[in-house]
Amino acid sequence: MDLGPYLVLATLEGAVTAAVLALTAVGLSLVFGVMRVVNIAHGEFFMLGAVLAWWVATSLGGHPALGFGAALIAAPLIVGALAMAADMTILKRLDYDPERTIVATIGLLYIIQQLTLMGYGPEARPVEAPFNTRLAIPWFEHGPEGWQMIWPWGLGTTSYKLVVIGAAVLILCGVWAVMARSRLGLVMRATQADREMAQAFGIPVERVYAITFGLGAGLAALAAVLIVPIQQAHYLMGADPLLLSFIVVIIGGLGSLPGTVLAAVLIGLSDGIISVFFSPTLAKIIATLLVALVLVFRPQGLFGKRAA
Amino acid sequence: MRALALHLGLLAVLLALHFVLPAYHHGNLARVMVLASFAMGYNILFGYTGLLSLGHALFFAAGMYGMGMSVQHLGLSAGSALVLGVLAGAVVSGALALLALRTSGVAFMIVTLMFAQAGYLTILHFSEWTRGDEGFVLAQAGRMFWGVDLSDPNARYLAALMLFGICLMLSLWLVRAPFGRVLVAIRENEERVRMLGYDTFAHKLAALILSGTMAAAAGAAYGILFGYVGASFAAVQYSILPLLYVLLGGAGTVLGPFIGTLFMFYLIDLSSGITTAYMLIAGIALVMLTLFAPQGIMGELRRRLWKGLP
Repeated sequence: MDLGPYLVLATLEGAVTAAVLALTAVGLSLVFGVMRVVNIAHGEFFMLGAVLAWWVATSLGGHPALGFGAALIAAPLIVGALAMAADMTILKRLDYDPERTIVATIGLLYIIQQLTLMGYGPEARPVEAPFNTRLAIPWFEHGPEGWQMIWPWGLGTTSYKLVVIGAAVLILCGVWAVMARSRLGLVMRATQADREMAQAFGIPVERVYAITFGLGAGLAALAAVLIVPIQQAHYLMGADPLLLSFIVVIIGGLGSLPGTVLAAVLIGLSDGIISVFFSPTLAKIIATLLVALVLVFRPQGLFGKRAA
Repeated sequence: MRALALHLGLLAVLLALHFVLPAYHHGNLARVMVLASFAMGYNILFGYTGLLSLGHALFFAAGMYGMGMSVQHLGLSAGSALVLGVLAGAVVSGALALLALRTSGVAFMIVTLMFAQAGYLTILHFSEWTRGDEGFVLAQAGRMFWGVDLSDPNARYLAALMLFGICLMLSLWLVRAPFGRVLVAIRENEERVRMLGYDTFAHKLAALILSGTMAAAAGAAYGILFGYVGASFAAVQYSILPLLYVLLGGAGTVLGPFIGTLFMFYLIDLSSGITTAYMLIAGIALVMLTLFAPQGIMGELRRRLWKGLP
């Protein structure tokens, strides 16, 4: 295969990565923006979403679409509820002190991860996609008879992957609508701007925090349900999304939603393309160093305007 | 005076235990003392200077690999390899300090985390030399130190005790010296210390290098004493563990890291007999500590019994 079709394939794979990453990172960014809490356990909420999706899908049985549809609704709700409970029992009692919440969420990370290991086991398990038609992509080549359309072997994608990208765009628009247009979003933005003033105006800040934390975790779980037919559910799968979400949130500017989405697309696409040319470990080294250096020299992020 | 007697007393007890402990606990305690030295290094930065690093595995691994690689590839003796390991730790922590200290608070935590992660990935990437995840076992000849065979359990225990004693006394001296007082003042209120005319950046830089070097010494010693060098010692877990040890034992107390390491080591040792998910204990301990006892064991003792405990 020539370089051209190869790049198209990498871009498509990258777009799927970017879609899922954008959802996960927006969840993390929301929690950081509104609550000023760095949630190290975010990747574990992602993992829980995938594991719950497997659990719901297998216990329902029947047609794959039925189980997957149920998981799509149930998993984010369960994870969101768990996160709200964690917020009310742990984070609230720490008074949302930035450093102590980081330590507590590290603890939460190990608790969720190890409980999953005990309950679910160390195996990686797949969830069947509701539909999975193979779509071949045509390619144009200049041959002896002028331009002609060919179907290179291996160049193609599945209908499910395209739907993942579409669904992510829809959900992101939904999140934006909630934040910009609804009363809940207004209250959340007010709390973000000035917590004490919001409280003085009668906004139930604690409830807003619990909802934000639940929403953030739910978005990560939703992203995981979308990806689990492509990538299997495993109890250690939370590490990579956590790292990548951090990279995205920091590059995009801490707490800025449009910046986060833009950075997710950038990182997701370049991740797909870079890993075609370099080894994945080298790509990760470059990415982590880049994040650290951005935080050191440009703490407001590449797209952020104000200091976070 | 009482403080000095207490710390020397602990060293004497540990020396006495050398002769009475059964083999299993004898080996465990040697491990605990090396890990406690790591935690003491961490404590200088976190407990006394108030900088929470999530990347100390980088320094531990710098010491371990600085030592291990020079034994494995340069064929150096254990003594000079140990020195190289400690030097590697000093250089790495100095370089990291110059970058990371430009940030503070949450950004500092994430920057240290990211650099440590990059270090871990680098070890995996150059697996031709580092043997990656699998790691390598140090040859018997590389573990001879001035004619003493450090793979022998007795020599190992005494060597660990020596390292632990040096770190303990250094910490005790440090926190009672003027330099240590300034560090505590930075922890309490950095702005005010700067206003008083101290160069806070230089103090934090020195604290981080000292902390990283002590962690590297523990890493190098761990490699020599237990004969194995592996990438898992550079992973995030080894950045979290010293934090856990120090929080449990009491941040900002000289004895805290040792008490915390001892407790946590045996807690994990006991629970790993029951389940493979032994890190669950670490998670629960972290949450409980931040919720109910942010001062840790020695911190509570200091609050209730002995105000002057260093």
